[in-house]
Amino acid sequence: MPSSPEDPVERGATVTESISEEITAIVRAEHGRVVASLIRRLGDIDLAEDAVADALVTALERWPADGIPPNPGAWLTTTAGNKAIDRIRREKKRDAKYAEAAMLEDHTPHEPTGPVEDDRLRLIFTCCHPALALENRVALTLRLLGGLTVPEIARAFLVPETTMAQRITRSKQKIRDANIPYRVPSAEDLPTRLSAVLAVLYLVFNEGYLASEGEGLRVDLSSEAIRLTRQLATLVDEPEVDGLLGLMLLTEARRPARIADGRLVTLDEQDRTLWDSALVDEGHRLVRQCLATNRPGPYQLQAAINAVHTDALDASMIDWSQIVQLYDQLLAVQPNPIVELNRAVAVAELDGPEVGLSIVDRLDLASYHPWHVARAELLRRLGRYDESRAAYDRALELTANEAERAHLVGRRDSL
Amino acid sequence: MTHYLMAVIHDWDHPDLSEEEQQESFRLTDAFNTELQGSGHWVFAGGLTHPSDATVVDGRKGASIVTDGPYVEVKEQLGGFWVIEAADLDEALDIARRASAACMHPVEIRPFQGVVG
Repeated sequence: MPSSPEDPVERGATVTESISEEITAIVRAEHGRVVASLIRRLGDIDLAEDAVADALVTALERWPADGIPPNPGAWLTTTAGNKAIDRIRREKKRDAKYAEAAMLEDHTPHEPTGPVEDDRLRLIFTCCHPALALENRVALTLRLLGGLTVPEIARAFLVPETTMAQRITRSKQKIRDANIPYRVPSAEDLPTRLSAVLAVLYLVFNEGYLASEGEGLRVDLSSEAIRLTRQLATLVDEPEVDGLLGLMLLTEARRPARIADGRLVTLDEQDRTLWDSALVDEGHRLVRQCLATNRPGPYQLQAAINAVHTDALDASMIDWSQIVQLYDQLLAVQPNPIVELNRAVAVAELDGPEVGLSIVDRLDLASYHPWHVARAELLRRLGRYDESRAAYDRALELTANEAERAHLVGRRDSL
Repeated sequence: MTHYLMAVIHDWDHPDLSEEEQQESFRLTDAFNTELQGSGHWVFAGGLTHPSDATVVDGRKGASIVTDGPYVEVKEQLGGFWVIEAADLDEALDIARRASAACMHPVEIRPFQGVVG
């Protein structure tokens, strides 16, 4: 089987830069929808991907001359369907007649609602199946639903292209061989399966958020995660999905204020006028909306905590008692020491550094650098400068992020 | 429909079940097997004797070379297995969950190439 053209822009080298960029953007936006519909009809992920790639080559040939069709998604679905039939005929697949019939008899309209949308939902549950390793779920989701190319995903995760290609190939093989279903899970399995999907999206977001500085070559994983979570939110009516989207938006909103002069700026010192107010507003709206359903979950609660932070006009006006209350709820649904650490920092704001430190010191997190940062800050406020300095040093040993190191060195040296 | 192998792998010489738990797991596994036969997922199943009973035969060069097994000397060895038929991996995983609860060990599930038998 011929390999899929991973870099469509290169294939259509005669196309002018701007229109090929526009086409690539359209194709990326439509990729999940088109490939998902083809996978359902063909029952074969590789064939579906190849057919979509063929359609893309045709688009790059025709659109610059004929103009972009009014409904590019429908055009791509139809063209990819025809390309699939061509491939089936050419490759004389054993079940060619059957597959051809499935392709020809499909009259599913290409519309934003209905069965076509269900295809994308089916596909995300297949890509994020718990039988696949987390890193493979991430790769497959970005490839099939995000429409990112293998080299793009490889660069984003700083792994060699061959490694990423192998990851994706192996996952597709497991889906086929182990017969991982292409289906929305039963109501009984939905909560756990959905949380596996959300974990993938949140991981993609954080990968983009934490490594966002000075990496011109990397695709913007945070925007990609937001885009996919937005899609998911239109497909399932679950408050945790809105919660995750809200959490992402409220985090993303602060990105412009997060780094200044190569140095990490902590939340309390950020210039709030740099925050993206449209994202803050949308995030707040989502938080109110999902909390109103009264089925709180970990993402909704984290989003709510971020909403309290972004609600204050300046850091001195933050409602810490509400934040502690939200952390209490979060601990009840997701008990873990990292949540306890964050709660302890909020408790310190409310009841003083001594109370906060006594909680922090009880936690077994010595290999987690934020634990040392929290100790350093609390010890500093208690005037225990030698211990504080030692804690900054320990945190510095455990972090490689340049912006964060610059911030910690600054804090330590100002003692 | 896909056929799957469900393998029970455990440390034979350091059993993690007490004598009573073992008896209970036999009882539960029998009941589970009856259920599996009733639901049409059953193809075959069996428990194996101790890995030291294994014999390795190499007939690749014409003559048969026979050695005392097992083939790979590792702590964890196959203890028994099922071959089942299921609609897809989700159904197989549900069966595997029940199998694991019955035999009181984790089970590893792997698809067969094509149809068995």
